Amino acid sequence: MTLTQNRITDLFAQKSERLLSVYFTAGYPQLTDTRTVLRGLQQAGVDFVEIGMPYSDPVADGETIQQSNGVALENGMNLKTLFEQLADCRTEISMPILLMGYINPVLQFGVEAFCQKCQEVGVDGVIVPDLPFDLFVDEYKTIFDRYGILNIFMIAPQTSDARIRFIDEVSDGFIYMVSSASITGSVSGISDTMLAYFERVRAMNLRNPRLIGFGINNQETFETACQFANGAFVGTAFIRHLQEKGTSAGSIQSFVNSIRA
Amino acid sequence: MQTTLEPQTSFEVTNKGFYGHFGGAFIPEMLYPNVEELRQNYLAIIAEPSFQAEFQNLLTDYVGRPTPLFLAKRLSAQVGATIYLKREDLCHTGAHKINNTIGQILVAQRLGKKRIVAETGAGQHGVATATVCALMGLECIIYMGSVDIERQKPNVDRMRMLGAEVRPARSGSQTLKDATNEAMRHWINNPVDTHYIIGSVVGPHPYPDMVARFQAVISLETRKQLLEKEGRENPDYVVACVGGGSNAAGAFYHYLNEPSVRLIAAEAAGHGVESGHSAATTALGKPGVLHGSRTILMQTEDGQVTEPYSISAGLDYPGIGPLHAHLFDSGRGEFYSITDDDALKAGFNLSKQEGIIPALETAHALAALNYMSLTESDVVVVCLSGRGDKDLSTYTKYL
Ligand SMILES: Cc1ncc(COP(=O)(O)O)c(C=O)c1O
Repeated sequence: MTLTQNRITDLFAQKSERLLSVYFTAGYPQLTDTRTVLRGLQQAGVDFVEIGMPYSDPVADGETIQQSNGVALENGMNLKTLFEQLADCRTEISMPILLMGYINPVLQFGVEAFCQKCQEVGVDGVIVPDLPFDLFVDEYKTIFDRYGILNIFMIAPQTSDARIRFIDEVSDGFIYMVSSASITGSVSGISDTMLAYFERVRAMNLRNPRLIGFGINNQETFETACQFANGAFVGTAFIRHLQEKGTSAGSIQSFVNSIRA
Repeated sequence: MQTTLEPQTSFEVTNKGFYGHFGGAFIPEMLYPNVEELRQNYLAIIAEPSFQAEFQNLLTDYVGRPTPLFLAKRLSAQVGATIYLKREDLCHTGAHKINNTIGQILVAQRLGKKRIVAETGAGQHGVATATVCALMGLECIIYMGSVDIERQKPNVDRMRMLGAEVRPARSGSQTLKDATNEAMRHWINNPVDTHYIIGSVVGPHPYPDMVARFQAVISLETRKQLLEKEGRENPDYVVACVGGGSNAAGAFYHYLNEPSVRLIAAEAAGHGVESGHSAATTALGKPGVLHGSRTILMQTEDGQVTEPYSISAGLDYPGIGPLHAHLFDSGRGEFYSITDDDALKAGFNLSKQEGIIPALETAHALAALNYMSLTESDVVVVCLSGRGDKDLSTYTKYL
C-alpha cells in the first residue's frame, strides 16, 4: 500500500487528541456561503472540515442534512461550481479539507476528473458512504492514489472485528467511526451500547487514528467521544445552527466553542 | 431486432452481484452486515428442502398458484396474433408481488428477524408484505410516498387492516423512489432485528437475484402451460411492464437463454418520453447508482436523480433493476415507452374485450402489443401482473 502524505496525515502526525471536524453542506444556506463558512470554521479553530457535496437522494442522512442538500441543489450547487468556489481557497485555508457525498454525482463527473480537480484545488480526501471499500479497492483506488486523494472509510457498530482490521489495513489517514446504527441526526446522547463499541474498537489498537461521528452535538458528547477516539465530527448540529444563527464569523465561533471549550 | 447472444451464463448474476456492467452493492457500511448476512445465506436457505416445501405449499394453498395461462381470444383477434395472458392478477392480494414476499418472509424468519420494513409504490407490494407479515405474525412497517397514499387509497386501507403501519415518505416527488429512501434509512437505524423486503429486482446484491428467483415461478409455470396448450414451451414473445422489473424478471427468467423468445419490456412514458413528465428509464437514463446498485438511471448531467412521472404508481421510478439494464445494454431485451394515454386505452380495452380489469402498470404491457408488428402465427405471452381494482379512481376519471 502506498501511504499518501498530505494535510490529513500531517495533521495526525502533529495532533492526536480532541480533534474536531465540522461538516457543512456546500452552497448552503446560500450558494456563495461555502467559502464564508469554510473561513469561519478555520478562524474558529476547528482542525478540519468535511464539505458536503449535495445529492438528491442521501440515504445515509436524516432530515436536517437532507433538507440542506435540497436547498443547496435548489441554489444551483453542483461539483463544477464547488470546485470553482474552492479554486483559490488554499490562499487562505490551511486546514485539511474533505469532501463528503454520494457516489453518483462523482461517477457522472468522472472519477479521474474528480480526483484531478480535488488535487488541483487542494482537497485532501473524500468520504463517500455508498462507495463500499471492496468496490473502491477493485475499481478506483489506483486513480485516487495517483492524485494523492485519501478515501476515508467508515465502520459501524455491527462491523465485525475482522472487517475492521481489513479496513484498517487498506485505510490511509483515519477511520470514520459511525457512533451507532443510524442515519445522521437521529440519535441524541451516547448510550452504553455505544460506549461498549467505542471501547471494543479502542482496544483493537488500530494503526489508523479514529474519529467518531453521528450523534455528536454538544460538549458532553464531544468529550465522551474524545475519551475513546482521537476526535469527533459534528454535522447535523452545525447545519441546524447555521439555519438558526446564520453564517457570521461570530455565530460560527460560538458554535465551535459550544462543542469544544 | 438482431440480438447477439452471449454465453448461457451471462444473464446470471456474478459472485459480486453484477449482470454485465450493472448491479453490485453500493451501500453504506451501516448496511453492510445486513446485506452481507443475506448474501451469505440466501442461496443456502432457498435450497433447503424445508424452505422449498413451505414455499411451494404457500404458493399453492395461500397464493393460489399455478395461475392460469388464459388464451385471450377476442384480444388475439384484435391484435392479429395468439395472445395468452399469464394471470398474476389472480394471485392472492391481486398481483405478482406476493410471490416475492412469501419467499422473503421465509428467508427473514430463518435469519431470525422480528420485524419487516418495505417500500411501496402502487401499494401492491405493501399489501403483499403486510399480508405475509400478518400470516407469520411479524411486525410490519411500510413506507409509501404521500402522493401515492392519495392515488392508491384502497391499498393503504388494506395495509392498515392487515395490521401494518403505513408511514408517509414526504421527501422529493413523494413517490416510490422516496419511499425506498425512507425504507433504507429505517433499515440503517434498525439493522439487527429488521429485514427489508424490497419489492422489485432492485437494490444491492443479492436482492435483484433473490427477488428474480422468487418471481421465476411465473415463467416456470408458463413453459409447462404453453406446452399443454400449444405443444411448445417457448412463445415467440414474452411481454411485461417494467417498474423496477420484478414481474418482467419472473416472466423472462426461464427464457433468458432461449434466443428464439423475444423479451419485450414496457416502460412508462408518462406524458411522452420528451415531455419532461416520464418514467421511461432506458429512453431517458444513463448508467448511474441508485438504491445500492449500478443501473440505468434517469438523472441530470450532474448525477442528481430526476423525479419521474407516470400515471401508474408502480412504474413511477427513475431506475430499473440491474438485470434489465443488462438486457437493454446487451440487446437481449427490447424496450418500449408507453404513454399514460396508451396505457389507459389498453386498460379499458382489455376490460371490454376480455372482462379483465388490469392494473395500470399491466396496461402498459398490453399497450405494447399495438407497437410490436405481430403476425398471425406469433404466440405471445403477456404477464398480466395485477388487477385494476386499486386504480378504479384513476380509471373512472377517463370513463
Ligand atoms: C400490478 C403491478 N405490476 C407491475 C408493477 C411494477 O413492478 P415490477 O416492475 O417490479 O413488476 C407493480 C408495482 O407496484 C404492480 O403493482
